[in-house]
Amino acid sequence: MIKAILIFNNHGKPRLSKFYEHYTEDTEQQIIRETFHLVSKRDENVCNFLEGGMLIGGSDYKLIYRHYATLYFVFCVDSSESELGILDLIQVFVETLDKCFENVCELDLIFHVDKVHNILAEMVMGGMVLETNMNEIITQVDAQNKMEKSETFIFQSTRQDR
Amino acid sequence: MSYVGEKTLTALPSLLSLDSQPGPAKLSSTSKLGNLIRGITELTSKHEEEKLIQRELESIKEQVSSPNTSMRQMKELMVRAIYCESLGYEASFVYIHAIKLAQQGTALEKRVGYLAVSLFLNESHELLLLLVNTVLKDLQSTNLIEVCMALTVVSQIFPKEMIPAILPLVEEKLNHPKEIIRRKAVLALYKFYLIAPNQVQHIHNKFRKALCDKDPGVMTASLHIYLQMIQENPEGYKDLTGSFVNILKQVVGGKLPIDFNYHSVPAPWLQIHLLRILSFLGKNDLRTSELIYEVLDESLRRAEMNRNITYAILYECVKCIYTIHPKSNLLEKAAKCIGNFVLSPDINLKYLGLKALTYVIQQDPKMALQHQMTIIECLDHPDLIIKRETLELLFRITNAQNVVVIVEKMLEFLQNSPDDYTTIDLVGKVAELAEKYAPDNEWFIETMNTVFSLGGDTMQPDIPNSFLKLLSEGFDSVEEDRKLRLFAVDSYVSLLQGETRKLPQCFLQVISWVLGEYSHLSEDHNRSTVLRLLEKLLDMKQTSSETKCWILMAMTKLCEGTAGVCVAQQVSETYISSMDTVLRQRAQELQHLSQDSELREEVLPRDSGLDPMEIDSSLSFLDEFVSGALAAGAAPYKPPHQRQEELAEAKVLSLEPYGLALPISMSSCSITDRHSPTPLSMSSGLSGDSTDVSHRAGLKLDGVQRVWGRDGYLAKKESVEEAAPVQGLTPVHSPSLQNEGDGSHSQTPTPTPTPEPDREKEQLASSLFFGVSSQSSVCLMGKPDSTFNRRRKAKVQAPGVTEQLSSSVAPVSNAVDNLLCNNLQDSNINSVSAASSKQTCELSPRVPAANGTCNTDCGLPESDRKRSNLSISRDNGLVDADSALSEDQGSRSDLCPSSYLPAELCGLYRSEIAPLCTAHSLELSACHVHQGDDMILIIFISNSSDSQVLQIRLDLKSEQLKVTCVSDSSVENIKSHTVAVYQYSLAVKRPGVDVEVDGTLSFLLPAGTPQTKHFSYKLPLTAFIRPLLISTEEYGTMWLGFSHEVKQNLTLVDDGCEPLTFTLNLLKNRLQLHLVEIIGLEGILACRLLQNQPCLMHCRVHAGALAVWLRSPVPELPDCLVYHCQRVLQEK
Repeated sequence: MIKAILIFNNHGKPRLSKFYEHYTEDTEQQIIRETFHLVSKRDENVCNFLEGGMLIGGSDYKLIYRHYATLYFVFCVDSSESELGILDLIQVFVETLDKCFENVCELDLIFHVDKVHNILAEMVMGGMVLETNMNEIITQVDAQNKMEKSETFIFQSTRQDR
Repeated sequence: MSYVGEKTLTALPSLLSLDSQPGPAKLSSTSKLGNLIRGITELTSKHEEEKLIQRELESIKEQVSSPNTSMRQMKELMVRAIYCESLGYEASFVYIHAIKLAQQGTALEKRVGYLAVSLFLNESHELLLLLVNTVLKDLQSTNLIEVCMALTVVSQIFPKEMIPAILPLVEEKLNHPKEIIRRKAVLALYKFYLIAPNQVQHIHNKFRKALCDKDPGVMTASLHIYLQMIQENPEGYKDLTGSFVNILKQVVGGKLPIDFNYHSVPAPWLQIHLLRILSFLGKNDLRTSELIYEVLDESLRRAEMNRNITYAILYECVKCIYTIHPKSNLLEKAAKCIGNFVLSPDINLKYLGLKALTYVIQQDPKMALQHQMTIIECLDHPDLIIKRETLELLFRITNAQNVVVIVEKMLEFLQNSPDDYTTIDLVGKVAELAEKYAPDNEWFIETMNTVFSLGGDTMQPDIPNSFLKLLSEGFDSVEEDRKLRLFAVDSYVSLLQGETRKLPQCFLQVISWVLGEYSHLSEDHNRSTVLRLLEKLLDMKQTSSETKCWILMAMTKLCEGTAGVCVAQQVSETYISSMDTVLRQRAQELQHLSQDSELREEVLPRDSGLDPMEIDSSLSFLDEFVSGALAAGAAPYKPPHQRQEELAEAKVLSLEPYGLALPISMSSCSITDRHSPTPLSMSSGLSGDSTDVSHRAGLKLDGVQRVWGRDGYLAKKESVEEAAPVQGLTPVHSPSLQNEGDGSHSQTPTPTPTPEPDREKEQLASSLFFGVSSQSSVCLMGKPDSTFNRRRKAKVQAPGVTEQLSSSVAPVSNAVDNLLCNNLQDSNINSVSAASSKQTCELSPRVPAANGTCNTDCGLPESDRKRSNLSISRDNGLVDADSALSEDQGSRSDLCPSSYLPAELCGLYRSEIAPLCTAHSLELSACHVHQGDDMILIIFISNSSDSQVLQIRLDLKSEQLKVTCVSDSSVENIKSHTVAVYQYSLAVKRPGVDVEVDGTLSFLLPAGTPQTKHFSYKLPLTAFIRPLLISTEEYGTMWLGFSHEVKQNLTLVDDGCEPLTFTLNLLKNRLQLHLVEIIGLEGILACRLLQNQPCLMHCRVHAGALAVWLRSPVPELPDCLVYHCQRVLQEK
C-alpha cells in the first residue's frame, strides 16, 4: 500500500502532500521535513530508494523518489509494493501531469493543487493503485472537468466497450 | 523512457519571476490565490510568512462565515485554505464549510469540497459524521461523477462505525454497468476490509465475482483484496491458484488489449501483483508450486527486454521462485538473474539485487560465495543505502567464525552513520550478533562498550536491559561468569579513568550498575578507587539526575570501610536536599545504609541476583485495603479511559446495561491478571528506578509473567531473549574504547590490511565468508543454530523442555475444529471418520455414515441442533466402530492413528484426526483433545515402511500459541509399522480468529540422509473457549473493568416465538458460552478463553437485529469472538 505521496521543491517547500494513513498535522509536517532532509542530501547518481525515516514507520516502509529539475516526487510505500513498479508509476504521474497542464511546471502545481489532487485520485485511490494507464487517467479527469457544463453528461471511457 | 517532466520543469526559474513576465494564462496570477502565492515567494523570513498566512486565514475566516458567500466563492476560498494547510498552518474553522460545500455544491464544487474534507479530516474526526448523509445521497445519485467522488472519499476516510450504513450501496455498485464504478467499489470494499474485516465477511463471494469480471481493470482492482487475504491465510485460497496462473498466462501472452501495455510490456503492474499472490500460495506447498512453475518460466523468458519495468517483473519472479517450493531449473535461472542485477551498472538494480541476495541467502548460503567479490565492492560503495543493504546481507550470513569481521564492518559504518534511524537499527543488530556469537569475553564486552557509546541514548532500552540481565544471570559455568564480570569491571574502571564527558547516559547507568554489583570481584581496584571514580561522575554537569540515581545506588552497594563511609556521607549530604525526589531518596538510602552495614547486608545481599523474587502482580496484598475502602463507601477503581468514556456517555444516553453491583472479591473472577507486567515494565524498572531491589525486581518481572501464564519459567525467558535482540540496536567503537582495545587488551585479530587493494579485498572476502561455505550450519536468521548460540545457550536450555512450535493447516481440519467446539458430542464420530476414511471405507457401515456428516458440514460450524442429539445417540456406537476399526487394522497391519490415542485421553472430546503431511514412509497426522481446561495437541507419526526411521525430532512453534511438550518420553526412533505419539499442551498467547501451530519434522532416513519437513496445524479459537460461570452481579462488576470492546450488529435468528432466547441459546451451544441472564430484550453471556481470560457479551434486540457489545481485557478477543458469532448465525 502507498502510505503517502509528497511533492516538494528543492528548498523543501511542500507542493503537494497526500497521506493515506492518519497522522496529526504536526507529524505530517515533520514527515515532510524529515523526508526532504533525507532525500535532498542524496547525490544524483545514487539509487532512488531509501529506507523509511523514523516518523513514517521504520524499516517496513520505503521511500521511493524521483527528482525532476526543481521538484522531488516521493512515494512512501510499505513492503507490499514493488520498488521499480512505483518508480515507473511516478513517471506515469509526471507524464500525466505534463499532458494535463501542457508542459507542467512547479507553478502549475502551486496554482492548481486541486487539479493535481484530482489527477492523483484517478491514479491512486485510498493508497491502492487504481489506474496506471496515462490515457485512461486523462479521460477520467477530462470527463469530470466537462461536468461543469453539463450535469447530465455521461462520460465515455476508452475502455467502455469491453 | 521519457523524462519529459525534467525538461519542462527546468523552465521554472524563469517563470518564478512573475512580475516581469505575464506567464501562461493558466497561471491566473491575478486571482487571490495568485496574490497570496506571489506574496509568499517574495518573503524572506519564516516569521513574515507566518504573519502573512495569519492575515490570509483571518480574511478567509471572515468570508466563509459571511452568509453572502456563494458556493462558487466558497470553492475558491477552500483552495486557498488547502494551500495554507499544506504549508502547515491550521485552518480548522473551514472544516465545517468543506463539508457544507460537499453537501450543497454543484458537481465541480462538490469535488473541491470532498477533496478538502479528505485532506483536512481523519477517520476519527467527529465532523465526519456529518458527511455520511452526503455520501449516501451521492452513492444513490444518477450522476456517475458524483458516485465516483463518493466512492473515492469513502476509500480515503470514512468512520468505521458508519460502514454498515453505506455497505449495501457500495456492494450494489459491484454490479454497475460502468467498469470505473465497479473498480472503485472494489477498492472501497477493500478499504473496509482493511479497517473492519468482519463487516465485509459476507461478501467474499462477490470478490470472486470481481475477480472474474470481464473488465481487466476490475479484476486488477480485486487483486488488491486477494493479495491481502491470501497473505493472511494462504490455505483458504489454494483453489484459486489455477485461476491466477491462467490470468498471468494470458497477460504474459499478450492477450490483454493493447492499451494495457506500458512501454510495450503487457500490464506490468498486474503481473507484479499476480506474482506476489502466487508466491504466497506456493510457499511450502509442493502441489501448488507445481502449478506455478510453467508460468514463472514463461514470465522469466518474456521479461528479457531491457526496460526498467521488466526488471521489476524479473525481480518479482526471482522472489517468487525462491519463496515457493524449489525447482532446480528455475532456481538456476533466478540465480542468473540475481547475478545480472547485482552486477548491473544501474544502481537501482544493484540495490534490488542485494535485496534479493539477502533474501535468497537464507535458503542458499552458497549464493553469497558466488558473489562475494561484488559484495565486498558494495561495502565500499559511495551510496550509503547500498552499503547498508550490504551490511544487512552480511548480518544474515553471520556465524561464529566471521562475526568479528562483520561486526567490525558494521561498527565502521556506524562511525559515519548519517541518521538516527540507521544507528538504532544497526546498533541493535550488532548487539544481537555479539550476544549470539561472541567468540570470547573480551570481544563481547568491548563490542558492547562500543554499542553503548555509539548507540548513545537513542538506542532501544532492551539492549542495556538484556546486557545487564545476561551479566547477572550468567551462563553454564560459574568460573566463566566470574571472568566475564571481572573483565567488564576492569574495562569500565579504565574507561572511567579516561575521558568520561562524552559517554552517553545509558552507558553510564550500565557502568554504575556493573561496578556496584561486581567490583568486589576485582582485586586490582579497591572499593575506594571505584567510589572515587563514581563520585567524579556525579560531579559532572552532563550527568542527568536519572544517572545520578544509578550512581548513588552503586555507591550504596560499595560504601564499606571508613573511607567508603566518609565518601558516602559527603555525597549524601550534597544530594539529600536535592529538588529531585528520587535523587533525594537515593541519598537518604545511601546515608542510612552506609552507617548500618548489617542492614545493608540484608537489603542488598551480594550474589543473590539469581534467586527468583516473588512478585505478586495481582497486588492481592492490597485486597483487604481495597475492600475496606469500598465498604467505607469509596468508589471502585476505574481505568482512566473508562472514566472518560462514562463521562462522554453521561452526556448522551446511558447505554450501560447494568448497574454496579456490590464489591465482590477479586479472586472470584479471573480479572486479576489483566494488569500483568509486560516486558515494558522491565525497562521502566531499569531506567526509572535504580535501587538494587527494584532493579532486580525489574529483571525478574518477566519471570513473574511467565509464572502467571502457567508455563515453565524458562520457556518465557527464552522468548524474551529472542525478542530483545530482534528489535535491538547497533553499536559502535568509541575512540577511547578502541585505544583500550589496542593497548591494554589483546583484541581479537582482524585481518591485517596488505598494501595491494585487491589482495586486501580477497582477504576480507575470505574472512567475511568464512564458514558460509563449509556446511549448512550457517546460522540463518530466524533459526539460529544452537551450537553457535553461545551467549544464549545457557538460558535456552530449560528444564521444562518447552519446545517452541509452529505449524499450519488443512481446510478439513479447520471444518472439523468448528464442528468440535460447537458440538462436542459429535467429535468422536467425526474424528474416527476422517482418520479412517481414506484407508478403510468399507470397514463398517457406520463409519461411512459418520463420514458423510463430516463432509457436508465442511467449513461451517454445524448448525442443526437436531443433529447434535442424533450424534449423542450415536456416540456409543462410535466406540464400537473405533475398536472394530483398530482390530481390523491390526490384522491388516495398517496404521490407524486413532488406536494409538493415549489411554488417559480416550473418551474425551477430540477433533477429527487430520493428516498433516507425509515424508517418505512417515505420515503425520494430528488432532486436538479437550482435557478439562487444557487443550492437548496430539501428533501421530506413523512409519509404514519396513525399516526403522532414526533420530526423529519434532519442533513446534507458534506465534499465537504457547506450546509445551507433555509427553515425557520423546521417541527418537520409530520402528517399522508403528506409530509414535507426541503430546503437546496448547495455551493461547495471542488470540486470532484461527490459531496455528507450525512444525518441523526432521529425521534420518535409513540411508543416512537427514530430512526435514514442514507442516502446520490450524484450529479455531473457539476450541479454547469455555463457559464462564458467573452471576449477573459479578458480570456487572467485571464489565466495567474491561477495556477492549467491540460493538456490532448481528442477524437475529427467528424461530417463530422467542428470537432472542433462541439466538442466544444457539450461540451458547455452539460457542460454549455461559448464558448469564435474559431480561426483556437484552441478554448477557460470558465466556473465558483458556486459561482464564474472560470475555463478556451483551446483546440487545434492536430494530430486528441483534446489537452485541463485547468486552474483554484481551485486545483481540472480542473481535475474534464476534467473528465466530457471525459465522454461527450465518450458518443458520
